[in-house]
Formats: sequence, structure tokens, C-alpha cells
Amino acid sequence: MNITLRVWRQSRGDDKGRMVTYGLQEISENMSFLEMLDVLNEHLTVTGDDPIAFDHDCREGICGACGVVINGEAHGPLVTTTCQLHMRSFADGAVIDVEPWRAGAFPVVKDLVVDRSSLDRIIQAGGFISAPTGSAPDAHAVPVPKRDADHAFDSATCIGCGACVAACPNGSGMLFTAAKITHLGVMPQGQPERDSRVIDMVNQHDHEGFGGCTNIGECASACPKEIPLSNIAQLNRDLLGALASGNA
Amino acid sequence: MSESTEPDQFHAVGDDIRDRVAPTGPIQERWDKRKFEAKLVNPANKRKLSVIVVGTGLAGASAAATLGEAGYQVKSFCYQDSPRRAHSIAAQGGINAAKNYRNDGDSVYRLFYDTVKGGDFRSRESNSYRLAEVSANIIDQCVAQGVPFAREYSGLLDNRSFGGVQVSRTFYARGQTGQQLLIGAYQALERQINDGTVEMNTRHEMLDLIIIGGRARGVVVRDMVTGEIETHMAHAVVLATGGYGNVYFLSTNAMGCNVTATWRAHRRGAYFANPCYTQIHPTCIPVSGDHQSKLTLMSESLRNDGRIWVPKERGDDRPAGDIPEDERDYYLERRYPAFGNLVPRDIASRAAKTACDEGYGVGPGGLGVYLDFADAIERLGREEVEEKYGNLFDMYAQITGENPYETPMRIYPAIHYTMGGLWVDYDLQSNISGLFVTGEANFSDQGANRLGASALMQALADGYFVLPNTIGDYLATGGFDIIDETHPQAIAARDAVVERIEKLLAVKGERTVDSFHKELGHIMWEHCGMERSEEGLMEAIGLIRALKEEFWTNVKVTGVNEDLNQTLERAGRVADFFELGELMCIDALVRSESAGGHFRVESQTEDGEAKRNDDDFAHVSAWEFGGDQPVLHKEPLEFEYIEMKQRSYK
Repeated sequence: MNITLRVWRQSRGDDKGRMVTYGLQEISENMSFLEMLDVLNEHLTVTGDDPIAFDHDCREGICGACGVVINGEAHGPLVTTTCQLHMRSFADGAVIDVEPWRAGAFPVVKDLVVDRSSLDRIIQAGGFISAPTGSAPDAHAVPVPKRDADHAFDSATCIGCGACVAACPNGSGMLFTAAKITHLGVMPQGQPERDSRVIDMVNQHDHEGFGGCTNIGECASACPKEIPLSNIAQLNRDLLGALASGNA
Repeated sequence: MSESTEPDQFHAVGDDIRDRVAPTGPIQERWDKRKFEAKLVNPANKRKLSVIVVGTGLAGASAAATLGEAGYQVKSFCYQDSPRRAHSIAAQGGINAAKNYRNDGDSVYRLFYDTVKGGDFRSRESNSYRLAEVSANIIDQCVAQGVPFAREYSGLLDNRSFGGVQVSRTFYARGQTGQQLLIGAYQALERQINDGTVEMNTRHEMLDLIIIGGRARGVVVRDMVTGEIETHMAHAVVLATGGYGNVYFLSTNAMGCNVTATWRAHRRGAYFANPCYTQIHPTCIPVSGDHQSKLTLMSESLRNDGRIWVPKERGDDRPAGDIPEDERDYYLERRYPAFGNLVPRDIASRAAKTACDEGYGVGPGGLGVYLDFADAIERLGREEVEEKYGNLFDMYAQITGENPYETPMRIYPAIHYTMGGLWVDYDLQSNISGLFVTGEANFSDQGANRLGASALMQALADGYFVLPNTIGDYLATGGFDIIDETHPQAIAARDAVVERIEKLLAVKGERTVDSFHKELGHIMWEHCGMERSEEGLMEAIGLIRALKEEFWTNVKVTGVNEDLNQTLERAGRVADFFELGELMCIDALVRSESAGGHFRVESQTEDGEAKRNDDDFAHVSAWEFGGDQPVLHKEPLEFEYIEMKQRSYK
């Protein structure tokens, strides 16, 4: 298949940036989207141009490194990561726009690479259970109802890719934050720090420059791991509870 | 140089080495004994001692977090944009632990036995025992952190049987166990970053080790955003930088996985042990064309119900459904009637490659064999097959665009894990004082073959429980000179890194980095994959040397150092892969036995099965860097508890 790519090129964070058009011929529909970019980069290298920088690593949809906005949609037309999207999802002759995540809390580093360290700092603020190595009781000391364990797992599958932020008109990181609040908050081990966790993480979220949540729901529909919007309701309940309890 | 073709011409032989800290006495008491004999660091002194940890996978994140909790000053480095992305995250199946929650006869001793036997008697008994011993603590630790393991309706942890063992000791979190364990370790690490005990450096790649006065005292790293070359000093250095499967270009590893950190340490004097020991996984999705960048693994559990076959006629290109039953060769069932499609990983992998090499392969390029669920669907019904394997079928359909419920899957083996790595003693310390190596990066406790669900176990055992105990013994010895980055050795190491980068950028040749990497990978796969021969390995060494020479005169690295330059990053890694690949071939050449997943054609039984040679090869091969003439040091292996036996799956 033949396609036309319009790719965001930006040499540095403080560079203005622009869309650049590239034509690609004889692209296999079995290529992943990133393999298609590999082919373009090989071509650019041979012709002496600077290859397009993009983050990627595992290429099996689990590390969360990759992610670009494709034709206006975070990770493109399917509910999956960019690395798991294949060219058969596009029509022959398609014109495809490729841009980096756009959000105030994700400054562009180069081309399609953004700085997502703000997500790590939200976790630092409280996205953990304090369990120093060696202090753990036997794993069966506290049974966890299967329903709670499964619920925790469904939130814990977040890969931290940032698609939720890129999809949100407000650039909010609420779904990311809420997934961790829910994962840890529904398990018995997570109870002692539950109030301080939600307050500290939400404070950090706001401090990083993420926007507020106005319940639009683009985040959940862009999430490659299908983290449900109900996690944000859980976060709000936990936050209200924590503030009311005076444990802030 | 003479054109002789003697296999011995490629290496020199040095003195045997011994693990001098390994405790003796009853195996059940050795780890306790070592912990008791190890010197302790006074809590007030821990604050004054610094440790560099490179890599943030299971082995690195767990070590950095635990050392930070203990009060050391820790500096952690990873090449990814976040420590949470390390490749441990991609492990699917599970983690073993000798909890015996099933009351099915499991014990520390049984896990120890399975590990030594599974490793085909090429691992150390003491290390394997310790691994089994601390395995139970890992599960406790992870549960306390909130890792959402699969549970039963009772609220207790679920287990499954995995990797051909007879007990159910594998803990899991759906098909994403590695992810959940890594997130647990990552959160512990982030907690320490918040507490100020760990300084995190993301998008930093280690490019050299700094040794001062015979001790590892720092690293040279490149800031991958600005290109700045930095030196960082500490009292000890821990490498937790994973495996080197990407030397084959196509593997199930992440694109960024590389050998540079351990290879640079090797060039500085650290011994590299058993480099030829690599693991090949039989059930991966085959390549679809030259553009392929990596291979995707599907759980081995597929072989429980799928039947593997190829057409009886060479080059038969009819669709699978049009090939009648009597024109299909179910070759595993035919050759191994007792185990059939459930033979171990190495045998299934080799049989598939042989079938394809002989022209019976299916799919693009003839590089695939069928894994057929038609019988299973008829026997169990589509619903039950969907229940058991639905997510894997979906993954296959997404990648290949084919529906595995209607046409058989195609599979092909792929490089998955590397058992070799830097040589370490019982304390996980390399032969360089103060250089510790954990997880897949060390030559590990896995011998010549790793059992399923054991990689996560080893990485976390090393990081949470072994290293934090043993590193104290080293740090407590004291006698550290007060040094900083202006020390001549630190400056020399930094200068060497700068010079090498300039050299890569100055070649300005015609060929891309990836084209070299692909060619190297092809040589390695053909000659140093699962079947090896003296002739093939010698040919490979020559091919690699020629390709390496071409690389340094004809590679095209675009851009500059002072920028985010992914081509430059890859070029440095591929340059190291050439040197590693050569050593792997030399190691494989010297080890003229079949062991684990490594089949030497010169060492087989009358009916064509792998034949181990315990008289000549019951040792670890630890290699000292020597350019074209690496020096072999042997560490003899002794088996006091488990009798050495030949495997048979007929």
C-alpha cells in the first residue's frame, strides 16, 4: 500500500515545530505502525535526513513507552497501543497525521517524544503501599476477596502511557491518578495510607500542571487497557472522604 | 595471520577460578551461615555510603528500593523515560515459589531439585538452593506491596502448574505477572525517591565502568536528551541491566535491551560467564517480512491443546485446510510419542527449525510450523478453547490478521532469555571488587536452561533479599579512598567514552546501523542458535569479524552527540553486540557438548538426541576479555546433592 504521512517535527523543546509530509510506497499491511516509521527512518538515514525521534520499547503493548496521536486520536483508530496498531487498519492511499501527545504537563522533547516524568512524580507523592523489604507477613495472612483482587487488577493494568492525558481536552491526568488510587485502595493492604494517598497524589497532579477533570470521558475511550471512567468516581469519593475525615 | 582452522586458535586458557565466598556444610544452612558471617554496616554509616544501581527492572528496582530503605545513598539509572518501562514488564506467565499452598508435595528442596535438573546440571547447587529458599519471601513481599495476584473465591492465592513440573507452585496475575511485579517494585522505588534516599536518572545510558584501585567506583553515563557525558562516583556499583538476546536482532526482548553495560564492564576486566547459553522459546508469532522489528511470544500453554504439524510434501503451499489428514506430519507426536507436543522448550524449538530448514515450513519465507486447534475445538468446543486461550488468539489475530479459530496458527521459535552473563560469586559480586551483578545480567542460577516462571523469581530474589545482605559485607570492609569525578581514572574513562562516540559519528559511511544489526542477527541465528557445529561456529566468527570491520568503516550515524539521537544510541549498542557475538561463538565452539537448549551436532546420541558431556564440561566457562584471544577460566561444578542424569523425553 502507499500512504502519505504528515509528521510533527520539532528539533528541541523550545523549537517551534511544524508538520512535514513524507510519501511512502509499498508499505506492507502486516507492518505495525512503528515498523512503518522504522522503514521511513531507514530511508531518511540513507538520504542523510534526521530520522524521526519516537519513544518505543517492548513493542508488545505493555511497557507504555510508545504513543502518538494519529489522525487526532491517541494511539490511533483502535483501542490498543501504537505498537500494536497495524497498517491494515488504514486504507491504501491514506493521508495520516502523526503528532506527539499534546498536554501542558508533557513538554515535547523532540519530534514525537515527550517528557512524561510528571506521571512518575504523581506516583512518588503517594502511589504505593509502604512495605519495606523483609517486613511482610505470610502472603495468606490476609485473604483478599476475589472480587476486590480482580477489581484491583483491572485498575493496575494501567501502563502509564499517557494516552488519557493526550485525549483529554483539559489535559487532565485524572484517569491515571484514579487507576492507582483504585488499585491500592480496594485492597486491605492499602487501607492505612488510603486518605493521605489520595490527597497527596491529587495535590501533585494539580502541581504538575495537569488540567481538572470535567467528566468528558475521552480518557477512558482512548485508554489501551480500557481503564473505566468509574475509577475517577472512586477517586472523588476517596478524596471527599479523606478531606472530611480531617486526615489531610 | 595464519589461515589455520583449528577450533582452539580463537582463545587462550587461564587458571581455574573458584567462588571463594561460597559457604560449605549442609546446603540447608549455607545461606543463613553466609548472612551470619557477613559483616554488617552500622546504620549511621550507611548514610555515608553510596551505591549506583544501573537498570530498573525487577532486579534493579527491587535492589535500589531495598538499599534506599536500608539507608544507603542510592543513584539509580535507566535508559527508558521511566523506571516502570524496563523489560521485566513483558513477562507473562508467572513466578515460582516453594510455598506448598497446594499441599502437593512441594518444598524448597523440590524447587531446588527442579532448578538444577532443568538447568541440565550446569548451575551451582548452592545458588539454586538459595533461590528456592527465598522464593517464598518474594510472594509475601509482593502481596504486602499490593501486587494483585490471581485469587480464588476463598480470597487465597491461586496457583498453576507451569513449565512441565509436577507441582502447582506458580503464582500469577493473569497473563501480566511481570508487569504487576515490576509495578510493585517501581512503586517501592518511587517511594524511596520521594524519601530522598534514591536519586533517579531516567534517559541515562551507562557507557563505561570506572575502576579505581582495583575497585568499581563509578560509571560514565550519557544523558540521552542532551548528549552530556557524565561521571557518577559511588562506593559500589550494581549492574541489573538484563539480558543480551538482541544480539540476534529479532528476539522477544524490547528494542532497547542491550549488552553495553555488562560488556563495558567485561572490557574493564569482569569475567563473562557462559555467553553461549541462550534460551529459545518455541511458540512465537513468525516473521512476516524484512520489516519485522521484534518477535512476540505467546504463552507456551498453547501446546497443551494445540497440535504441531507441517505438510509431508516439501514446499506444499496449499492452504492448511486443503491439506488432508494423511498428508500432514505431526512430527513431535511421531518422534516423541510419550511427550508429544509437550516436549521441553529446547526440543520443540529445534524440531521446528529443522523442519523449516529442510523445506517443510509454512507461511512467508517458509519460516513457520502449524499449531492447530481444530481437534481441540472439536473435543472441547469453541467456548472452552476461547475461555482458555482467548486472549492469546486475539493477540495472534491482531498481529497476523488471521483468525486462529478457523485456520491453524503459525509459530516459530525465538530468542527469549539469556542464561549467560557476568560471572559472580555467591555474594553476586563479580571478580572486580565492588561490582555486583543481579538478575538476567549475571550468569545466574539457571545453568544451561531456565525453567518457566523462574526468571522473575531470580530477579526479585537477587534484588530484594540476596544483594542487600551481601553488599553490606563488601561495604563494611571500608578502606575507601576519598575520590571524586576529577580522579584521573574517572577522567580517562569519560574521555574514552567521548572518543568512541566521536569515532562512531566520524565514520559517515553508507550503511545504516539496523542493516548491520540485522546481518549480525542472521549470522548468530544460523550458526549460534539452537543447533551449532564446529564448522558453522568457525565460519560465524570469520563473518562477524568481517562485518565488524565493515561497521567501523561504513556505518552511517546521522546527527550529533548533543541531541536526542536514537541512531547514535543504537550504533553504540550494535558495536558491542559484534564483540559479544564473537565471544558467544567462541564459547559455543569450545563447549563441544549438547546441554540445555544447546545442541552440538558433534555431541548426539545414536537416535539424534542431545548428549551432555559431564566428564569434560561440568564447569562454568568464565571469559576474561582478550580482544581476538579471550582467556578461558573454568569454574568446576560439583554436585553433592543431586545426581547428574541425562534427560530423555522419548
